[in-house]
Amino acid sequence: MGYFEMSKLALKWALTKPPTTRYPFEPRQPIAGSRGQIVFTKDNCVYCTVCAKKCPTGALVVNRAEKKWVIDRLRCINCGYCAEICPKKSLTMVEGHGSPAVTRDREFH
Amino acid sequence: MARTVIPFGPQHPVLPEPIHLDLVVEDEKVVQALPSIGFIHRGLEKLAETKDYIDFVYVAERICGICSFIHGQTYCQAIETIMNIPVPPRALYLRTVWGEFSRIHSHLLWLGLMADGMGFENLFMHSWRVREKVLNIIEATTGGRVIFGSCKVGGVRRDINADTIKTILKDLDEIEKDLQGITKVFLNDRSVKARLCGIGVLSKQEAWDLGCVGPTLRGSGVAQDMRDQGYAAFKDIPVEPVTRTEGDCYARCAVRCEELFRSVNIIRQAFAKIPEGEIAVKVTGNPTGETITRTEQPRGEVVYHLKANGTKNLQRFRVRTPTFANLPAMLKVLPGCDLADVPMIVLTIDPCISCTER
Ligand code: SF4
Ligand code: SF4
Repeated sequence: MGYFEMSKLALKWALTKPPTTRYPFEPRQPIAGSRGQIVFTKDNCVYCTVCAKKCPTGALVVNRAEKKWVIDRLRCINCGYCAEICPKKSLTMVEGHGSPAVTRDREFH
Repeated sequence: MARTVIPFGPQHPVLPEPIHLDLVVEDEKVVQALPSIGFIHRGLEKLAETKDYIDFVYVAERICGICSFIHGQTYCQAIETIMNIPVPPRALYLRTVWGEFSRIHSHLLWLGLMADGMGFENLFMHSWRVREKVLNIIEATTGGRVIFGSCKVGGVRRDINADTIKTILKDLDEIEKDLQGITKVFLNDRSVKARLCGIGVLSKQEAWDLGCVGPTLRGSGVAQDMRDQGYAAFKDIPVEPVTRTEGDCYARCAVRCEELFRSVNIIRQAFAKIPEGEIAVKVTGNPTGETITRTEQPRGEVVYHLKANGTKNLQRFRVRTPTFANLPAMLKVLPGCDLADVPMIVLTIDPCISCTER
């Protein structure tokens, strides 16, 4: 009893197409609805600083006088809170993850 | 016989998270286990005193990477109790669904780790193959794979529409079939049984006296599950605790295997009964008061103690995580076991150290 339990499963999957993809030759398609990364649209922004005040990690800095919107992608946790509360809808959460941030470089807009 | 001390962890192939044990052995038998923890203390409880209570749900979710959703949910429930916020029923149902998905993915992660721990790589791969399907559903509905980010004070952030529910239900049938395939191996395979049966036996009385929770407690025959307290949608969906009486590693594994199917059923029932309506209410003002909230994590009961004094920051935030409650039991059963069985015993309490140390 119980001698060939795994063999059945193993045999079945030996004859089936692998469920994995050949990354990076075959890129992973982003899943619809996933929180990938924050995209900033400069045209709508009124530099109200709401997003910077509400960002839970302090990844955003907004300078009203100089009209600058700055994000530190290494700090951002992709929670999407800023996109939810921006009154001008100038922030959007897109599905693609983009390349990972590895330095503390800030992105100025 | 001379005694030797063998260090186990904090870096060890079977440990996903760092805990250190000094194992005092006589020949191959363990006679004493001395733990030391504190490698990943992050001070999250203190952070509650400087963060806005609404934003703190993001921190609460990050107490643990695996049961993240239920941490966020428990935190929100606690705030909602203090502030008397009427959460819309649809939000409660959605929380239940995501909570159960979180349980399924956590148990599958654990089954995989345990297969890996006993050197059963093939079974490990299969457990995580099924888990991947669950993670895809979670990502499509909440936006995150393990950090859901979909719970907020007053409700939930996202809704699941009728079409998506239909697709999820179809995927669930497939997942259930896959689960039957792998749990059959976990429960019947000869080599799995040889590694688990009769190892690390914890009697019913010991489990109760040492204050165990979750599958560790239920594996020893105590029918206790916080979901039967009826939080979220569990007041409409009755949950009967899964129990085993053996109290060994195999029993704890069997409890988790059975819970997978129960969770699938809870999700089906929740989708069948889910009411229409709002998914969140607006929250204004600051909390004043104190509360204790208990919910059932994949690893067992979690207790939240919150104290608020009318400002936007909490005055005190304290969490008793399930692993913390299960560690004494682990230390109780280690003396007397073979050195080779230590990884299995440590794994079967499903230790989540980052939770424990926060
Ligand atoms: S909240 Fe929106 S409009 Fe205001 S500063 Fe941020 S991006 Fe600009
Ligand atoms: S997604 Fe979250 S962490 Fe990232 S910038 Fe927006 S609010 Fe901050």
